[in-house]
Formats: sequence, C-alpha cells, structure tokens
Amino acid sequence: MQPKLGVVGWLRFLWRQLTSMRTALFLLLLLAIAAVPGSLVPQRSSDPNGVTQYFADNPDLAPVLDNIQAFDVYSSAWFSAIYLLLFVSLIGCVIPRTKHHFIALRATPPATPARLARLAGFTTRTAPAGTDAGAAIASARTLLKSSGYRVALYDKAGSVSVSAERGYLRETGNLVFHFALVGILVVVGFGGGYGFAGQRVLVEGQTFVNTLLAYDSFNPGRFFDDSTLDPYTLTLDDFAVQYEAENLNAIGQPVDFTAGVTVTPRGEDPEPGEVKVNGPLRTGGTDIFLLGNGYAPSITVTSPDGSDVFSDSVPFLPQDANLTSLGVVKVPDGLAEQVGMIGFFYPTQETATSGAFFSSYPDLIYPMLTLNVYTGDLGLDEGVPTSVYSLNIDDMTQLTGGKTGVETIELRPGQTLDLPNDLGTVTFNNADPTAAADDLSNSVPRFASFDIHHDPTQLWVLSFAVLILAGLLTGLFVPRRRVWVKAVPQSDGTLSLEYAGLARGEDPALEAAVAAVADRHLASLPSTPLPKSGAAAAGADAVKPAVPAVSTPEQT
Amino acid sequence: MNLNDLSIMSLYSAMAVYALAFIAFAIDLAKRSAAVDAAAVQTADTHGQGAASVAASASSSAGGSGASTLTMNRLSARINNDATTPYSHSASLRVGMSLTVLAWALHLFATVTRGIVADRVPWANMYEFAMTGTLLIVAVYLVVLIRVDLRFLGTFVTGLVLVLLGVAAVSFYVEVAPLPPALQSAWLVIHVFVASLGTGFFALGFALSFVQLLQFRRESLLADTRPVRLRFLATLPSAATLENLAYRVNIIGFILWTFTLMAGSVWAEQAWGRYWGWDTKEVWTFIIWVIYAGYIHARATRGWRGSRSAWLSLIGFAAVLFNFGIVNVFFKGLHAYSGL
Repeated sequence: MQPKLGVVGWLRFLWRQLTSMRTALFLLLLLAIAAVPGSLVPQRSSDPNGVTQYFADNPDLAPVLDNIQAFDVYSSAWFSAIYLLLFVSLIGCVIPRTKHHFIALRATPPATPARLARLAGFTTRTAPAGTDAGAAIASARTLLKSSGYRVALYDKAGSVSVSAERGYLRETGNLVFHFALVGILVVVGFGGGYGFAGQRVLVEGQTFVNTLLAYDSFNPGRFFDDSTLDPYTLTLDDFAVQYEAENLNAIGQPVDFTAGVTVTPRGEDPEPGEVKVNGPLRTGGTDIFLLGNGYAPSITVTSPDGSDVFSDSVPFLPQDANLTSLGVVKVPDGLAEQVGMIGFFYPTQETATSGAFFSSYPDLIYPMLTLNVYTGDLGLDEGVPTSVYSLNIDDMTQLTGGKTGVETIELRPGQTLDLPNDLGTVTFNNADPTAAADDLSNSVPRFASFDIHHDPTQLWVLSFAVLILAGLLTGLFVPRRRVWVKAVPQSDGTLSLEYAGLARGEDPALEAAVAAVADRHLASLPSTPLPKSGAAAAGADAVKPAVPAVSTPEQT
Repeated sequence: MNLNDLSIMSLYSAMAVYALAFIAFAIDLAKRSAAVDAAAVQTADTHGQGAASVAASASSSAGGSGASTLTMNRLSARINNDATTPYSHSASLRVGMSLTVLAWALHLFATVTRGIVADRVPWANMYEFAMTGTLLIVAVYLVVLIRVDLRFLGTFVTGLVLVLLGVAAVSFYVEVAPLPPALQSAWLVIHVFVASLGTGFFALGFALSFVQLLQFRRESLLADTRPVRLRFLATLPSAATLENLAYRVNIIGFILWTFTLMAGSVWAEQAWGRYWGWDTKEVWTFIIWVIYAGYIHARATRGWRGSRSAWLSLIGFAAVLFNFGIVNVFFKGLHAYSGL
C-alpha cells in the first residue's frame, strides 16, 4: 500500500525538488535559453523604434509575438518566472548552507583518521633520532596554526596527532556570492522604482529648469515622487564638435562632442560645466548624459503684413552620418491658413547625378535648407498630443515639391523666399551674420539631447557587484582542506611522522601542500636533540598539558 | 614601407608561421598514433594480450594514483603519468612549439605596431579585437604550458587562431581611424582587454573539454573491449584529468568574464546613462555568464559531472564566438562599430 504524502508532504517534496542542485542547474540553463529571443527580436525597452518597424514589416507575425511578450522579454511573465524560481531555489539552498557553515566555523577539526595511508598526499618522514612524539606534534601544531589552519590535538591509541583544517573562507565567499546576487535582484527590482529617466533637447543658448514640465519625455519609477526634483537650471552655452578632417580613411568621422553648459543650483551662483559622451555631469542628485546632437536651423516665417508669425530654432533629427537632417515647422496661427513645412537640412550640400541633394560632410561648410510647404489642418486643435518631429499630412495639401510642379523652397543661411499662394515669406536665419561671407561654420545653431537620470540604487548595485566578485574569487580559489600529522613510534625506537590531507572541494594543490607541510615540519624539528635520557622525562612533562584528549577549538 | 604596412606584413607572416606550426602539430598527432601502435605491439609480444590490458592498466593507474607516495608538486609530471602510453618527445612537436612561439612574436609585433600607428590600444574595432583576442588566446596557451604539458592542443590553438585571423584580415580589415567619442574612455582599455583575456581561457577550456569528450568515449570503448579510433588519445591525459584541467581554466575565464560584465556596466552607465539595458551584446554577455555558471554548478551536480558538464563548456565557448562574430556584425545594438 502506498503511503499518502498529504499536503504538507507534497509541499515538502516540492520544496526539496526546487532547492535541489539539479533543479537550480535546469533553471540556470533555462534562463540562458530564455534570454536569447530578446536579442533576436527588437525590445521595447532598448529599441522602441525597432519594434514599430517590426510591426510595419511583419504585420501578421508581430501581434502573435506580442501576445507572448516577445517584445518585452526581460519583463515578461515567463522570463520573470524563471529567474524568480531560480532565486527561490538559490535562497532555499543557501540558507541551510549558511547554517551549516556557522556551525562549521565554531567546530573543532575532526579526530585524526586511524589510517592516514588511505588519504590524499599521504607521506611519511622519519623524525631525527631522539625526537619526542609530543614535542614533534606540538611543533606541527604551531607550524599549521601559523599557516592559517585551525588545529586540534588528539591522543588516541598510543599515537599523538594534530588535526588541522583551513579555508573556511571558501564557503564564506561562496555564500557571499549567492547572497550578493539576491541583493542585486532586490535592489534592481524594488529600488529601481525610486528613480526616473527624462530626456530634454536643448538648442545652444536655451535653458532648462529641472521640473517635470520642462522634460520632453519623462519616465518615473513606480515610487518616484516628482516633488523631490531639485529645480536647478541648465543652460547649453555652446556645443563644440570636431570631425576628422585629415585622415583620408576617416574623413568626417566624429572625434569630439562637448556640450559647454552652465549649471545654476537653486539659490547658488552659476557654475560652468561640461558634458561629454563618456563624461556625464552629476549635479542636483541627477546625472546628465549627452546622448545625441544635431542642427537646429533658425527659421522665421513672416506674414504678408510683415509680422513674424513663427521664429524659432527647430531641432532637425540627423538621418545619416553626414547629418542630413529632417525637421518639421508648424505655423498654426497668423497666416491665411495653417501651414506645415517638412524640411531637409544638409550641412554640406552636394547634388547627386540623379539631381537629389545629399550631405557629404557633417560640419557646416555649405549648408542648405529645403522646405516642402503644406496647408490645411495641422491637427493641433483636438488636444491630442502630437510629435514636434513629424507632420501628419492626411488633412493637408502639398504646395511645393513632389508632384505639385512647384519647386521646393531652397535656402542658404541668411536667405528669405516667398511662400507659395502669397502666404508670406520664410527666412533661414544666419546665426553668425558677422562672419566672413565664406565662413558658415557657425551659421546654424546646434542642439544637444540630454538624458537626465536619477537612480538612488546605483551605489548599492555596485557594492553588491564588488561582493559578487570578491565572493567568487575566494569561493573558487581559496582551498578548503584538512591536513593531519601523526607521530607513530616504531618498534625500532625511531619516530615515524605521517602526513595526509583531504580536499573539501576543488583543491588541485593538495598533495603539494601536504608535501610542503611535511618538509617544513621536518626542518623545524631540532636535528641534534638532547641526550635521550634527560629529554624523555623533560619532554614528557613539558608537552603533556598541550596534548589533551579532546582539545578546544582554536580560531586563527 | 610605413609602420602600418609593416604591421600588416607582420600579421600575414604570423599567419603563415601559425600554418606551419599547425602542420607540425598535426604530424605530431600522427606520430602519437604510431607510437601507440608500437606500444600495443610490444604489449602483445610480451604479454600476449591486446588492447584490453591497456584499458586495465589505464583504470588501475587512475584508481591508484592517489595512494602512491607523491612528492612531486608539478602538475606536468602527474599528467604525463596519467596517459596510458607515455609519450613526450618528437621532433615535430618541438618544431611546432618553436614555430608557435615565433608566430606569436610576429603576431605581437603586428598588434603593437597597429597600436602605435593608431596611437591608442589596438582593440577598438573588429579587426583589432580579432588580432588582440587571438594574441591573448595563444598567450594564455603559452603561459599555461609552463605549468601543464598541453602541447597536444597545438593543432587546436594554432588552427583556431589561424581561422580567426584569416577572417579578420579578409573581412574585418579597416584602416586606422580616430576613436569615436563613444569609445573614448579608460574602460575601453580595461573592459575589452579583460573580455579578450577571458576568451583566451574559455578557448583553452573548450579545447580541453573537447578532448575530454573524445577521451571519455575512448575509455568507454576500451572498457567494452571495442576497437578505438584516434589512437593518439592514448598518449593524452585521462578524461578525469582533462576535466579537472578544463574546470580550472574555465573558472579563471568565468571570473574574468564576471569582471567584464561589471566593467561593461560601469562604462555603460557613463556612456549611455544606464548600467544595464538588455542591449543585444549585453544579452549575450549575460547568456555566456549564465552558461558558465551552469557549467560550474554542473560539476557539483549528481549525474552532470564528466561529459555533460563538458558539453556546457563547449556550448559556452560557442556562445563566446557567436557573441564576437555574429552579434557584433549582424545584430542591431549599441555595440555597433563604424565600418566594423
């Protein structure tokens, strides 16, 4: 008849299964496999545009993949289930081991085995004539203790011996490693909710105040309280770029981007600062990163009656390495109709044989702005948020470029041209009108896009990472081993010294270590002992207290 | 000839010498097989027994090695004892080793001059990663050789390095270009170098695990007194010894890989504003870390020690190569390199 397990029995059985090494290994390998799809399919977290593109390219497959959270693999239910089970298994394994280890840390090295010859690295030495057994073992005890072993003396069946163990740090490191992994998971899982990440584009000369409304986009953690934002101001004074101009193999490759900024903490004096690609600026509890840059042509639209209805530096998004850039101008009010313009900006414009324009160098050598004009409904009046970087032309009529037969508006810095249908004029302002006519290097303002982050857990993650590395190093490289030295008096009156070791875990150097202990021990014994008659009595008296039948542990 | 041409010339020369070394090592493997045959004939003559006695002596020596009085502390001695058929010297082995050292010197010269021409560390694009990475694979091999006799892996090491260098020189070559702002960081020096060094250890671990699997198969066949191919395996350490060696090499690689992952996170925080973002390269670095973590745990899991854990070592290194060769080139992500 089968014994019934009952609920508790089943739970116990499941828990034992979950915390077994075999299950842990299975979950580890499953985790590795589960992480793969996230590298094959674009992820919303790291590549949102890629996901949009994937939906456009694979309209049938994408929704199916989306149903199984393939675009959010690392926050998906199935990926989370695997790593949470793995960590439960880990904790279930590590806690009993910690208990064991605490006991082992206070335990005495076990009694010397009766037959050392069966153990690893067994070797014997003959003590110098006249060496007393107790004295020899006392000397071995001192030697082992000074080598970092915990020692205990045993006197059994006529032979005295020392039992020694070292390398408790191995298990300590092992446990520290696993607990630090749990620490990272907890800190990332819960602590991450207290930070935020925001983006802001600044054109040269613009200032940003660190408040919620000033961000172009803002992603707070679950528990983030935006009243904790420190309202410092950040001004982009200038954005310096340097492109390779001499190395023919790398013409136009960026060499340096530096955002010169001024930071004014609340109630304090302004301080100059610098943000570079690998050099964030850390201020006001936030870290400011330079993630992108481009041109922001200054454009003015004037109505037929001569009043400026639009005048701004408009960030154009770079489309290629030579900074061919795409931007949108929206003029909702002041003209006869709502006007939208889709513009291309070429910092160094050239014409392909097909007649199409392109940019041949990312710096401002021969800048050109082209605009296609649309009229109609900009879609701004419904209160639906729209992107400043795109124009919805569904309800608009194209007036220039394309199939309209009207030439696209082409402007050099400082030029003004008429808009079609007598709508008014558009000017591409030269930001540096005083420069020589052929020097256009400062004619167009630049913008920098900053990522501003606050993550209170970073230091914790780093600390746990350091613990992981330290735990690994000690857990894998500190050898845990036992060594025994036994003095066995021989029938011919000599004293035979036996040495042996036992590896507890990986220990490739055990045999060498036992041999080294034997050699060093023999060298420590006096080679010309006192005359035997006197030494025996004196030695016995001197050593006796040091050789108790059961010794107390000695921590080293 | 300018310094850049000299670097390229030197790299091609190194490849030629590696090729010669590969041939010499291959001849050595053939000679090992011949030596095993000769030993078998001798055994048959003196004892009238065949391969079964070789198997018996293999198992007895493996079981009894712990009990013998050991004063030697060099691993190499132990490993030579561990082989069924003792074999230490052959002219082709010595030639192979000398050629490897010579090729490595040329390889080192090519890498250093590339760094001088570029005026920075020579590991900032695919061509340079391949050059430095393979240099470190051979360097790790040569350094480990000082302690352990792994000359039987010569064909693997020179062959692997030759293939990787060939691909790099043909497909990945780029002219020297200035570092883009994203790579202008001290972490480029540390993170990429440690990753390449870790790869060197994983490569060696892969080779040892591979031979371990061959050896295990041979030992199983011998135990069933069935015929064995790849007779040179008799001159190589036992599967158990190979497994221990592979483990030791792989845990060093694992620690270096852990450091790579952490250094990469610190750098990612500085450059991209977050220490971890599941970028494709981060994903694969993580996958590799988990595979090797699995490998280490497999050693302590009942039923997984031996051949199963060896398979994990092979899969791990395959993932390393995939991470370098496929993810860098074909996957979209932040670890994209201009012009490779």
